[in-house]
Amino acid sequence: MAICVTLNGSPREFPAPLTFVELLDELDLAGKRIAVERNGEIVPRSRFPEARLMDGDRIEVVVAVGGG
Amino acid sequence: MAADKLLIAGKAYDSRLLVGTGKYRDFDETRRAIEASGAQIVTVAIRRTNIGQNAGEPSLLDVLPPSRFTILPNTAGCYNAADAVRTLRLARELLDGHSLVKLEVLGDAQSLYPNMPETLAAAKTLVAEGFQVMAYCSDDPILAKELEELGCVAVMPLASLIGSGMGIVNPWNLQIIIDRVKVPVLVDAGIGTASDAAVAMELGCDGVLMNTAIAKARDPVMMAHAMKLAVEAGREAYRAGRMAKKPYEASPSSPESGLIQKSA
Repeated sequence: MAICVTLNGSPREFPAPLTFVELLDELDLAGKRIAVERNGEIVPRSRFPEARLMDGDRIEVVVAVGGG
Repeated sequence: MAADKLLIAGKAYDSRLLVGTGKYRDFDETRRAIEASGAQIVTVAIRRTNIGQNAGEPSLLDVLPPSRFTILPNTAGCYNAADAVRTLRLARELLDGHSLVKLEVLGDAQSLYPNMPETLAAAKTLVAEGFQVMAYCSDDPILAKELEELGCVAVMPLASLIGSGMGIVNPWNLQIIIDRVKVPVLVDAGIGTASDAAVAMELGCDGVLMNTAIAKARDPVMMAHAMKLAVEAGREAYRAGRMAKKPYEASPSSPESGLIQKSA
């Protein structure tokens, strides 16, 4: 079953409900220092292997950048 | 000289200069400037990743590894307490549970002046959630004291507007804050050049946080080193205790006796 999520503000479709590990692989972000939020709640890294994205999720993936 | 360390949330730092990581040409310049500054605490912003772009490129935390620097995530760009809290929860997850953070809640995009009601509200929530909050704030002594009473580990009044380089526009307010607040007081924002940093330290500030003054100097690496020296010089001058000002009375530095023209 295909799902549609909002990823960092843009719509994105996936053919099936994937885990966060699979999502990060898909985005070339595996192993990067990032943090993930789903519908306003933190998704702890420890839950990446089993937690799955659901249709309609609003996902934020953030990183540290230069700033003051 | 006796050890003179900056103590924040129970941790001691040798450097009293904290630096931002924005506005540099590239990561190499960022790294070289921060090395030259001697800073141990560096602040970073939290932003969305560019999905599908820059894969494989180094990230800021590869250049400034958390094993070497105390990374201070900030809430730059947040205009209300809820966004600031949300940003710092993400930052804590990003940094493996690290809880020392810089709270800044802005009032408007023109002045970037802090919105103090929202800053106070966010500080209250963050302290309750176990964050160690260093709060960017106005130079109002009453509000600075309130942040301390809420449990902030440091208060960081602005010297002047963020990125303005105007130096310390109200040293008198800053002095009142330094005299009344017990947690470390760091000037954050508005430093333009080395003398501004030295003046802040001579007033008795515990530290200085800056970004633009270094990043937008003609030679950022040299300016970073100048700032290191200025903060150290200002701190030593403060500890040494300056001479009294005597506006209407000169006092010669050389002996008044034994002058050759007074042979009588």
